[in-house]
Amino acid sequence: MFDVEVIRKDFPILSREVHGVPLVYLDSANSAQKPQVVIDAESDLYAHHYSNVARAVHTLGSEATTAYEGARDTVARFINAPRREEVIFTKNITEALNLLAYSFSNATTFPGADQFRLGPNDNIVVTEMEHHSNIVPWQLLAQRTGAEFRFIPIDDEGRLDESALDTLIDTNTKLVSFVYQSNALGTINPVAELAARARAVGALSIVDAAQAAPHLPLDVQALGVDFLAFTGHKVYGPTGIGVLWGRYDLLAALPPFLGGGEMIETVSMQGSTYAEPPHRFEAGTPMIAQAPALAAAIDYLTALGMDNVRAHEGAITGYALERLATVPGLRIIGPSTNHDRGAAISFTLEGIHPHDVAQLLDERGIAVRAGHHCARPVCLRYGIPATTRASFGIYTTNAEIDALVEGLSAVQAMFG
Amino acid sequence: MTTSQDSMYQAIILDHYKHPQHRGELADFDAEVHHVNPTCGDEVTLRVRVTDGEIAELGWVGEGCSISQASTSVMSDLVTGSTVSNALGLQEKFLELMQSQGNVALSEQDLESLDDAIAFEGVSKYPARVKCALLGWMAMKSAVASATSKSEA
Repeated sequence: MFDVEVIRKDFPILSREVHGVPLVYLDSANSAQKPQVVIDAESDLYAHHYSNVARAVHTLGSEATTAYEGARDTVARFINAPRREEVIFTKNITEALNLLAYSFSNATTFPGADQFRLGPNDNIVVTEMEHHSNIVPWQLLAQRTGAEFRFIPIDDEGRLDESALDTLIDTNTKLVSFVYQSNALGTINPVAELAARARAVGALSIVDAAQAAPHLPLDVQALGVDFLAFTGHKVYGPTGIGVLWGRYDLLAALPPFLGGGEMIETVSMQGSTYAEPPHRFEAGTPMIAQAPALAAAIDYLTALGMDNVRAHEGAITGYALERLATVPGLRIIGPSTNHDRGAAISFTLEGIHPHDVAQLLDERGIAVRAGHHCARPVCLRYGIPATTRASFGIYTTNAEIDALVEGLSAVQAMFG
Repeated sequence: MTTSQDSMYQAIILDHYKHPQHRGELADFDAEVHHVNPTCGDEVTLRVRVTDGEIAELGWVGEGCSISQASTSVMSDLVTGSTVSNALGLQEKFLELMQSQGNVALSEQDLESLDDAIAFEGVSKYPARVKCALLGWMAMKSAVASATSKSEA
């Protein structure tokens, strides 16, 4: 049963006031708020079960390890991974994507990792709507290996120009890395189709699911992708933990990124051998308290049902698109219809800078984001310095959309 | 809701944003600088002519948020026709005001000398926006420094 008023009571922060008025939090795409069960899960681990994981033989060590590894099972179920060993915990999605990029460049000299080697004849393909964390690691990888960096352009509505796919994804393409749902535009991309295109030319597909994981049912097997990553804090979980999923056969052949404790099999001064996945990619003491808190967030979402989440947010997004269309001088940057788009709407208001819009909305208790949303090429594409973005979650109500629209009218009156 | 008195957007700020002072390119100038504020993508290009230790003329063009544009306008009004040392003194006081985090410790006399620029006091409570308010002032400081070093050379 999905009841937004009941859900709101689970989030303590939603009852606070900002500048003397109730908080209207429309910045979940930036980071989502936390339900009490998530806050409790992290606190409970520290209060009752804390110790280092995977090495202590005592009771606390065993309890902490059980909680940490249990979180891996929860994540595997959440994304329908065939094996729990395919789930790697990272600091966030930025680290997950960088882990891949550095592991690929380590393949240059790593024995038996030929399939991941890149050179001047190869190319890497991303899209024009990527977050900086799915652009810069690949630009750096291209720089280190001499590979060519390519991107799929976007059209005026903020969708991929699919006519460009045939020329961009070719037999020299090694990696195709793309976003599931754009943080700056709200566009939902045809992931299965793009992954199939990559596979057809022998390239690996990598999916940035940071904005998809909180909003859409995820099934890595149905999508047919090779790697997928998301971050904990956007799925109502804690900060400091993210997830990289990869097909086991690929992870088993991929060189490590960070070296250190826990990622080894044996170490001697003559050389070292490495653990099997996932531990090969989890060097050092991991996010012990955050992993069970992430699991609590996923359990919370799963109990609501991801189909119900999608339906609620689809309705909110449809209502917001309808209401925002009534604001004079408002231009939506991204799909203007509710088809294949998610719960984040970027827009500009004629003659008023997005930072002024966001600041004035804050004075009315409304939290939105203003800026280039770490996707500056999107702003360049549309010839604008920045946008204002309102983004929604499981706790967003129609009344909050009304407050936003009313707030925008007040901002326009001030600048009129 | 924030009362209008507490709002960062004081009437003076909105007024200067809508009617910017000294906006335009100077044809005859000693120095030109271009400053940007990556937070909001604000930009200002500012030119000055310094004659006998005085800012004889100042002109600027720019785009960005209202705080950056209005602050540049207020600054232009304050320093045009004043001595370089007075202008730089005002710049220091304004910097102190902006770094006060809402707890300004300037004397009554200092506050009076800042005139309309006092309207930006509310901005000091928002660290993310302080750079917006300082943009034009920093540009003026470096333009004047450049003009002065030229005349000494």
